Amino acid sequence: MKRRDFLKSVSGLAAGAALPAMPSVISSARADARSETLLIVSEGGPNNLDIHGVGTNVPGYEVSWNCYDRLISHEMKSGPGGVPYYDRDKFKGELAEDFKIDDMSVTFKLKKNAKFHDGAPVTAKDVKWSLDRAVSVGGFPTFQMSAGSLTKPEQFVIVDDSTVRVDFAKKDRLTIPDLAVIVPCIVNSELVKKNASEKDPWGLEFTKQQTAGSGAYKVTKWTAGTEVIMERNEDWVGGPLPKIKRVIWRMVPQAGNRRALLERGDADISYELPFKDFQEMKANGKLNVVSLPFSNGIQYIGMNVTKPPFDNVKVRQAIAYALPYQKIMDAVLFGLGNPMFGAAKDKATEVAWPQPHKYNTDMEKAKALLAEAGYANGFETTISFDLNFAGVNEPLCVLVQESLAQLGIKTTINKVPGANWRTELNKKEMPLFTNVFSGWLDYPEYFFYWCYHGNNSVFNTMSYKSGEMDKLIDGARTAAATGDAATYDTDVKGFVDLAYTDVPRIPLYQPFVNVAMQKNISGYQYWFHRRLDYRAMAKG
Amino acid sequence: MLTMIGKRLMFAIPSLIGVVIVTFLLTRALPGDPAAYFAGPAATKEAVEQIRKKLGLDRPLIEQFFRYTNDLAHGDFGNSLTTGQPVAAEIRNRLPASAELTLLGLIVSIVIAIPLGVLAATRPGSWVDHLCRVTTTAGVSLPVFFTGLVLVYVFYFRLGWSPAPLGRLDVFYSAPPTVTGFYLIDTLIARDLEAFRSALSQLILPATTLAIFSLAPIARMTRASMLAVLASEFVRTARASGLSPATVIVTYAFRNAMLPVITTLSMVFSFLLGANVLVEKVFAWPGIGSYAVEALISSDFAPVQGFVLTMAVMYVLLNLVIDILYGVIDPRVRLEG
Repeated sequence: MKRRDFLKSVSGLAAGAALPAMPSVISSARADARSETLLIVSEGGPNNLDIHGVGTNVPGYEVSWNCYDRLISHEMKSGPGGVPYYDRDKFKGELAEDFKIDDMSVTFKLKKNAKFHDGAPVTAKDVKWSLDRAVSVGGFPTFQMSAGSLTKPEQFVIVDDSTVRVDFAKKDRLTIPDLAVIVPCIVNSELVKKNASEKDPWGLEFTKQQTAGSGAYKVTKWTAGTEVIMERNEDWVGGPLPKIKRVIWRMVPQAGNRRALLERGDADISYELPFKDFQEMKANGKLNVVSLPFSNGIQYIGMNVTKPPFDNVKVRQAIAYALPYQKIMDAVLFGLGNPMFGAAKDKATEVAWPQPHKYNTDMEKAKALLAEAGYANGFETTISFDLNFAGVNEPLCVLVQESLAQLGIKTTINKVPGANWRTELNKKEMPLFTNVFSGWLDYPEYFFYWCYHGNNSVFNTMSYKSGEMDKLIDGARTAAATGDAATYDTDVKGFVDLAYTDVPRIPLYQPFVNVAMQKNISGYQYWFHRRLDYRAMAKG
Repeated sequence: MLTMIGKRLMFAIPSLIGVVIVTFLLTRALPGDPAAYFAGPAATKEAVEQIRKKLGLDRPLIEQFFRYTNDLAHGDFGNSLTTGQPVAAEIRNRLPASAELTLLGLIVSIVIAIPLGVLAATRPGSWVDHLCRVTTTAGVSLPVFFTGLVLVYVFYFRLGWSPAPLGRLDVFYSAPPTVTGFYLIDTLIARDLEAFRSALSQLILPATTLAIFSLAPIARMTRASMLAVLASEFVRTARASGLSPATVIVTYAFRNAMLPVITTLSMVFSFLLGANVLVEKVFAWPGIGSYAVEALISSDFAPVQGFVLTMAVMYVLLNLVIDILYGVIDPRVRLEG
């Protein structure tokens, strides 16, 4: 301390009278910087700034969403609790000035003054190149594009310099919504091509490290695992100029510290905190805590229907009557979730997803069903969960284990490390497990196509196959594409009913996305991707 | 001397080769499939296979190994998949952060532990001895993340004396131009006193946490070794010759008691460097320990291999330094020995 004072006084002598004024100048500059800066703290950060990259993680999606534009985006509506919520059915242009949907194609007219971060104009060439890239690079982006029947570069046609047409491969209600997800972002093709190589024709190595888009923000500094700094793009034309000038996103691995940072007022926004913390912060009212249900998402207990004892529908129904639903809501989620159980007996099935099933905790019924199935003395099985989400999964599985023990079912808990979880799911050998599925596109038939269809995708974790189910799902997809509302409604009701009588998986609840922020932060919007959209936010 | 150092380094080569082979095999033996992990939550089987091909994981193990060693020979440690950055660059950036924190923690610890150990040894059974025993036992029995969290809770959350535990610098300062990688030194070179103060205040809590944890081995070892030396004949002779107690203890006894303490210090240092993961996690410190653990969790081979290799090299160098120090402190010890 002494030594530093000494150094200070020496440099002070050298600088003369200017020094005493210095600290205050710096401090007020810092105060200004603070009021225009959004400080976000979260557990993990991006591993890649480009969603087209190999293995880009979910925090990387947030960067892409804010730094790149798409042709179209969703309008906002008022959601639960008055929080702005994306409108599934209404689209607006982002890079497109307007767009016209015809029978078998859609035509986009680009905004004339749209520019990339380096000043190059956004042209039809860039759009085609970017969409070609999304359907060609393989992995997740290509898979997501195919969900909207966008599979071939030939589908993207340059009409003139500022007009692009997307041809439909077949009639599919999901094609337009799929053009508004994060993946079909428009990339600065000239800039990226300059930095591409023969081995890497799409320039993925280049866009991994820097953003090359036309979005509202650009990444100015990224230290992987530590921080991301983004600055506003003053020339953004995708919407009204955002109020936040600078976003600093710091990775703070310790949940307790993230809470302390929020409560001390040092950080502006955080998510990924334990439910208990959110619930306590909600109760003490110092911060704004927003909790909204995942759109099209469910946490469930799944059963492998190809192997005994769960190949017997009676056993599955018995389990559905034996789960401690309410205890899970109270002790694991602290109420932060929408119950997906215990609907009234006479409630009619709705044309909606997710919706609650009619099972409730009823041990007597469970015992009777189990006896009917020939397992009056129970059996032994294993329940598996993903350790990456141990905060929820572990207590949940312990409660299930306790409850099943009352039926004489001995359950061993199998904790699967996050890196291994997907491999295990793919093998489809786990007899009993809990997992979450949520779809970006919020349509019942989309959820069912991935989770219940007999083509046995990765998410049909139960290996469930039923001809009747397939017919209903395919029927609903065709009906949606052709606009046959009556058939669509009966088919959707049909597959929901079938899913609940056959119960290969038992929905528990619809999880919430929880975000805690300072009272002076406004403009939080809920998006299907559940990450932050800085463009609408304001401070003060 | 130089030929000795050269010889020692030559001896280290087989062990380094061993480390390369073992880490390579161990990381491949880990459960978990990096291809499935990085294909993302919504990947089909084909997508996973595409990723596997891109990562070169579909090749036979022996071919992967030769490619890996060939890259190593060219100074390429591979790319981390979780952070997306070259491993060599990441280790270069993160090692100074860990080293600065560990060194400062160790210095604080030495400044407290060695006098404490010496005092405890000269007055066995007195209150100093008991104080030494209690503090060291308490320090070593509290897990580091707990001490860290308590310090954050008290000094940041409750009292507000300490800055937010957000890494090496306040969010609104920019890092000084890199010269040594140690912010305390670099900020001074850049003559940025405000940043220096910020870097120092960010360091205090994590360094204290580490110091509390490493007090025990140093203080206990100093005490034990001092006790042994104080009971020896040359000390008795020195006392009998009428030398002042200070001269006896500092010049004769302490110097002779230093050898085991130095050994302990080297062990504590290398141990802290690798094991301060938890402190790094608590204080969001961008160090090497948290990097390696995160990589391990996601079956990310390259950083784990890079980390183990770096640590192995550091151990070799550290041992060399210790051996040289032995010779300086005790002329009887020769490097040949």
